[in-house]
Amino acid sequence: MSTLVIAEHDNTNLKPATLNTVAAANVIGSEVHILVAGSSCQSVADEAAAVEGIEKVILVDDSAYENQLAESTANLIKSISADYSHILAPATTFGKNVLPRLSALLDVQQISEITEVLSEDTFKRPIYAGSCIATVKSSDAIKVITVRATAFDPVNTSGGSASVESISPDGVSDLSSFVNEEIAQSDRPELTAASIVISGGRGMQSGDNFHLLETIADKLGAAVGASRAAVDAGFVPNDYQVGQTGKIVAPDLYIAVGISGAIQHLAGMKDSKVIVAINKDEDAPIFQVADYGLVADLFNALPELAEQL
Amino acid sequence: MKIVVPIKRVVDYNVKVRPLGDQSDVDLNNVKMAMNPFCEIAIEEAVRLKEAGTATEVIAVTVGKSDSQEQLRTALALGADRAILVESDSLLEPLAIAKALSKVIEAESPQLVILGKQAIDGDNNQTGQMLAALLNYGQATFASEISIDGDSASVTREIDGGLQTIKVSLPAIITTDLRLNEPRYASLPNIMKAKKKELDVQPIDAMGIDTAPRMELLSVELPAARQEGIKVESVEELVGKLKNEAKVIS
Repeated sequence: MSTLVIAEHDNTNLKPATLNTVAAANVIGSEVHILVAGSSCQSVADEAAAVEGIEKVILVDDSAYENQLAESTANLIKSISADYSHILAPATTFGKNVLPRLSALLDVQQISEITEVLSEDTFKRPIYAGSCIATVKSSDAIKVITVRATAFDPVNTSGGSASVESISPDGVSDLSSFVNEEIAQSDRPELTAASIVISGGRGMQSGDNFHLLETIADKLGAAVGASRAAVDAGFVPNDYQVGQTGKIVAPDLYIAVGISGAIQHLAGMKDSKVIVAINKDEDAPIFQVADYGLVADLFNALPELAEQL
Repeated sequence: MKIVVPIKRVVDYNVKVRPLGDQSDVDLNNVKMAMNPFCEIAIEEAVRLKEAGTATEVIAVTVGKSDSQEQLRTALALGADRAILVESDSLLEPLAIAKALSKVIEAESPQLVILGKQAIDGDNNQTGQMLAALLNYGQATFASEISIDGDSASVTREIDGGLQTIKVSLPAIITTDLRLNEPRYASLPNIMKAKKKELDVQPIDAMGIDTAPRMELLSVELPAARQEGIKVESVEELVGKLKNEAKVIS
């Protein structure tokens, strides 16, 4: 039996989290296939075929999958599921939307957001916002799994030479339809893929003050993130949010500015290699996870930091 | 329009949960319990739809042990009209919970089901999507805005790249994200009134569904601890440490 990875993509390029998911699939050990379901997405299939460790690309190129809505995508995956012992997708908003639906269609209990593969049926996953790590063993015939990207190093985008097999749409649904999308455009690296992240919290006081972080981000080639408090306060949009229910990041360097360090935020960044905290409250819980803590007013510290970089 | 809102009793979000001494599970002895925060947002949205005249009845449902009645009473105090407890002696996995909820929804035939996108205990983020599959309903997950338009709903969803708006035919499943609304607090008169509202208890065994666990919990442990850090005195010292000690910037 083989493992099927569901590719996340925008009909032009593979999303990086797919490469971490393939890495998790490689640990499971059997042959890895990848499903590219989209519209005018041949370039994605070509890209996937070159990815290291993939034996076969299954391409479904049809306008029904342009936005990869959950109903049609889950039905499609179900239609090819009989050949697979494991079906994996990244634990992004895409994977989290589609895979539980598939899991119920297959009458199996999904294993969410794994961080380690111990064997073909045993996995580690964080629970309670990462306060504890559970080891779980699945008895289902097909293991439906979402993968926390930061827990697996991405595979190489070259070196593979998979065959590409085109198949027809199956189970197209009209229960939901796409209306529109507002996708943030930025010249900075994507939050989950950046090697340096600088995030602001409630202490930033306003959205305008985020330019202080942006100046530093541009000097470091970093992405800009935020705590839930800063997003709830309307300083920045939702796609900035790092935390239990936002994005999970694990960069080489994470700089938390004016963030108190609620457990929900720590859940999203505490696996970063080096953590810096800048906060004027010396008792802020963020200092408990920081490698380097600076007790200072961020409005003095940030311009000084920008100058010294 | 009738709205069903499934909710869950979980450990209060302020509690730091730890493993049991033998690492067999998490330690839930004498821990404060509460309604899952995302479920409060779901109740709030349903009650607002009722207040706006769009909905006629809001039914809170949970699948759990008898003590979950406490959270159903909270839902009633927040504005739900009646409540249903599907009682189970054991803690169930999301698939089994979705199956039980699907039976309740088949019996109630609501036009809309709103539930939290995830419970903050298992962090699974599954039940709503599973329920949608079992009922063959459309799904709109991670909602930050909902508008009902005749026999469909327009839902703005929080996705990794930004926001996406989709249309789902009713009946549909919607799961709530953080910024859909800010839930109200229950007032004392409403808490008193909630005690008199109908709360129906249905045994899960009577539903004829397979609730056998598919997963075995082998152990629960603390995550690897981080090495203790240091405080630096100045921005200059910080930059020096990052360049020369941690070597993460050049």
